[in-house]
Amino acid sequence: MAEKNNLISGATGDWEIVLGLEVHAQIDSNAKLFSGASTEFGAEPNAQVSLVDAAMPGMLPVINWFCVEQAVRTGLGLKAQINNYSVFDRKNYFYPDLPQGYQISQFQQPIVGTGAIEIDLADGEVKEIGIERLHLEQDAGKSLHDQHPNMSYVDLNRSGVALMEIVSDPDMRSAAEAQAYVKKLRAILRYLGTCDGNMEQGSLRADVNVSVRKPGDPLGTRCEIKNVNSIRFIGQAIEYEARRQVDLIEDGGTVEQQTRLFDPKSGETRAMRSKEEAHDYRYFPDPDLLPLEFTQEFVDEIAKDLPELPDDKKARFINDYGLTPYDAGVLVGEAENAAFFEAAAEGQDPKAVANMVIGSVFAGLNKADLDIGDSPVSAAQVGQLVGLIADDTVSGRSAKEVFELMFEDGPDQGKDPAVIIEEKGLKQVTDTGAIEAAVDEVIAANPDKVAQAKERPKMAGWFVGQVMQATGGKANPQAVNQLVLSKLGLD
Amino acid sequence: MTDLTQLNLADARDGLAKKEFSAVELTQAHIDRVAASAALNAYVLETPEKALDMAAASDAKIAAGEARPLEGLPIGVKDLFCTKDVRTTACSNILGDFTPPYESTVTQNLWADGAVMLGKLNNDEFAMGSSNETSRFGPVVNPWKTGDTQLVPGGSSGGSSAAVAARLGIAATATDTGGSIRQPAAFTGTVGLKPTYGRCSRWGIVAFASSLDQAGPITHTVRDAAMMLNSMASFDKRDTTSVERDVPDYEAALTGNIKGLRVGIPQEYRVDNMPAEIEKLWQQGIEWLKAAGAEIVDVSLPHTKYALPAYYIIAPAEASSNLARYDGVRYGARQQGVDIDDMYAQTRAAGFGDEVKRRVMIGTYALSAGYYDAYYVKALQVRRLIAEDFTKAYEKCDVLLTPTTPSAAFELGKNVEDPLEMYLNDVFTVTVNLAGLPGISVPAGLDASGLPLGLQLIGKAFGEEELLRTAAVLEEATGFDAQPQDWWSA
Amino acid sequence: MSVDEKMVRRIANLARIGVTDDEVPALAKELSAIIGFVEQLSELDTDGVKPLTSAVDAKIRGREDVVTDGGYAEDVLANAPEKDDAYFAVPKVVE
Repeated sequence: MAEKNNLISGATGDWEIVLGLEVHAQIDSNAKLFSGASTEFGAEPNAQVSLVDAAMPGMLPVINWFCVEQAVRTGLGLKAQINNYSVFDRKNYFYPDLPQGYQISQFQQPIVGTGAIEIDLADGEVKEIGIERLHLEQDAGKSLHDQHPNMSYVDLNRSGVALMEIVSDPDMRSAAEAQAYVKKLRAILRYLGTCDGNMEQGSLRADVNVSVRKPGDPLGTRCEIKNVNSIRFIGQAIEYEARRQVDLIEDGGTVEQQTRLFDPKSGETRAMRSKEEAHDYRYFPDPDLLPLEFTQEFVDEIAKDLPELPDDKKARFINDYGLTPYDAGVLVGEAENAAFFEAAAEGQDPKAVANMVIGSVFAGLNKADLDIGDSPVSAAQVGQLVGLIADDTVSGRSAKEVFELMFEDGPDQGKDPAVIIEEKGLKQVTDTGAIEAAVDEVIAANPDKVAQAKERPKMAGWFVGQVMQATGGKANPQAVNQLVLSKLGLD
Repeated sequence: MTDLTQLNLADARDGLAKKEFSAVELTQAHIDRVAASAALNAYVLETPEKALDMAAASDAKIAAGEARPLEGLPIGVKDLFCTKDVRTTACSNILGDFTPPYESTVTQNLWADGAVMLGKLNNDEFAMGSSNETSRFGPVVNPWKTGDTQLVPGGSSGGSSAAVAARLGIAATATDTGGSIRQPAAFTGTVGLKPTYGRCSRWGIVAFASSLDQAGPITHTVRDAAMMLNSMASFDKRDTTSVERDVPDYEAALTGNIKGLRVGIPQEYRVDNMPAEIEKLWQQGIEWLKAAGAEIVDVSLPHTKYALPAYYIIAPAEASSNLARYDGVRYGARQQGVDIDDMYAQTRAAGFGDEVKRRVMIGTYALSAGYYDAYYVKALQVRRLIAEDFTKAYEKCDVLLTPTTPSAAFELGKNVEDPLEMYLNDVFTVTVNLAGLPGISVPAGLDASGLPLGLQLIGKAFGEEELLRTAAVLEEATGFDAQPQDWWSA
Repeated sequence: MSVDEKMVRRIANLARIGVTDDEVPALAKELSAIIGFVEQLSELDTDGVKPLTSAVDAKIRGREDVVTDGGYAEDVLANAPEKDDAYFAVPKVVE
């Protein structure tokens, strides 16, 4: 059943987009999948290349067992079938950054079978996206085409780095769904610690399969957009490609199955010039590697140490902390954020903490372009500040100032909110006598306004503001309000 | 002083131990002989300086009483083994002057045990051939000949077999994918041992067909083969198909006693058109082993006839992929092209010889869409049937005895135009590779024209001790001591 | 089954082996002969036989996730037909 709001309209009526994603996630490991060379990002060209990665004659692959563990861990996180017996195949094709002339991958028997991911849609609905498979494979090296007028340069540092290719079912129907899928998948991988999800460094890239059809029709011919490396680009690429296909069909053309590239500068996709002749990869089992076998105990051992995943955490935040699904969703987006919240919420009102974390902490970090790990204000301090508001030590308004001071000071100063309140004299005034004096003073100084207030009771707000200003924001706003109303005879 | 090149490995070891001569003297004798034997084209690269350095180091070890198992023994290395800082080409133009910054595990093991490297030996290009006529360096000539007719030394380890037969090295390393150790040994009156798949590490050996390739020695005697295997065999973490298993003392297994051993005679090896001489020699072999106390059992290996066709799918399929790395990007001889694909096509057209091209193309075809199941999968199924034939046969016997080849060495150039005729050379040897078993060829006699013929013994997986023990008994019984007449020395 | 000239060109292209027009007919003949030879296999009934990919009776072994290799770009590049700085250089690739 096509969801009406996802359809795109064309001259001949509405069209449905059908999307499937192949995500390449770099496994978080020290060494490569089949060699002992480092996977560290940003090294000098060809500095992290072993003889195996360069495919020197007679070199042989030896599997990094931690990468196998990581793939199993990911499979478990995707609630997927784990295959205790899988096979490495060679995918044969020529490319200058593919030293062996083949990529070691898994074709007929992958390490992980079917699973599923739930994505959150804008309307609050949850949609399940099927996972077809996850397999292990080597990354290729990097070709640089823009360094020389008629040469391409090859750096093999990435050659042999372990990837998980995670293939979805064609279950997505809009760019937003595809983006939500990638975000969710990335969150799961980060929770699991199996991939850092860094799209800028290429640790996570997506091949997007796009086709269009009239609702209810069979699947259309798809085009694969290769290696899209940001969530924004995924959206742009899909929008462009779907529109291109609709226009093409409506103009009487047919969509050709092809591999396309997305150009972020123009926002367009274009067909790749190098065509793998009919994609005849001649897969066959790699005779250098025996089948990948492990025991159920090996899987169980990994399952035992699986962390709480985003869906479970979100449910717990809603149930245990009483957060709104929206706030819970925002907080669990990154494991570190959720942990920060939980640390801050200890012994405090969780909703108030959630508000401060989302409203002040995230906003401040965003503005300062900092990660949660580098937050100048610690989770404990956020908790303390929320506590100080709750027990009326500081007004909400002053608390904002306190927060900003802590944020500016940074973790080096590390002054707790109570100290700052003391030093800056921001303690909330709850002494009715003092407030009363201030109110009297304002009333006495503004007889005209008093007269106006009698006519227009809303003017009381002006008096409250004046009193708050006079007390430097430290007066308890409720107490001021009450006194103003009573002195003006408005209560 | 006697001619030091006439010694076998065991005798040379003993002579060195008794200080009858030095490692430098022994090595120099071989260097001189190699230098005078260019007519055979056995060596593609001589490393005399390196050899003398190594020999001098060996003499120091011997003097210090620290001699290692192969101390000071000069050997040749097939050009398929990568040797650190020494040009390695697999005798293919495509490798250009490739100089590996690494040493193969097998050769490293040999040097660690004190062996001395004389140089790199000729072979068929990428070990694809049965006559050593596909090398970029030209054919190797068999030191044996009939009249004026020049003969092939067998292949692909033709440089190794010719060098040992002509005494241009006391022993040689070789590799065997379908018979490339045993067939050249049979053609040259030498001993050739192909160990069980996984016994020797493949790390650093230029790959032909990964699931079939195995390194082994070509030597004068079975004892020498045992000595070489002692060093060549090892468990290597860098080759996950090498088997984690201790290396027994193979030399110590040569007890001379095979009483009660059950020797299987596979009836399917009586092929059509087999020369009577070979049939006769085989029968003689049966008699010799029987006389030594073995029990002779008739066995059946029913799928034997399908081994060659299966091999000529599996080996080329693996090769087509293994040779994809020779693309002119990171090493080897590049040809210029108008674009990247043209560069590949030109480089590979110029770099590969005809036989390599044929096999890469056959392999590409067998793996391509629409043909994979019909050819590649089918061949692997047949491979299982062949392996199971052996399993069943070994319920009734301990080793198998067969001829090594269907003929003696043939004339240079005779089969070059007919690949299929050439392939038939491997008919008795290729089953062993498909099943991953050890096999050894022992020189057993001469044919009517005075050319050596070999008998093959096939063992159980990791049954090298029993295999070598039996081979030594057979060797003793044959009394084979013929040598080619030296017509080639300059 | 015989290998025709079109197939020769197709597999030569897949294998990136340049063939001239003169070579194609001879290659078609040679490859057909080899394919004809291996086709004896079809005589055998192999239904239900599991393909044997490796003769070695062992289990896969792994390595630990420790950096033990690399750091020698000079060695990696030493045999390069063409290089620039620390890169391999090839004729320009157009994607």
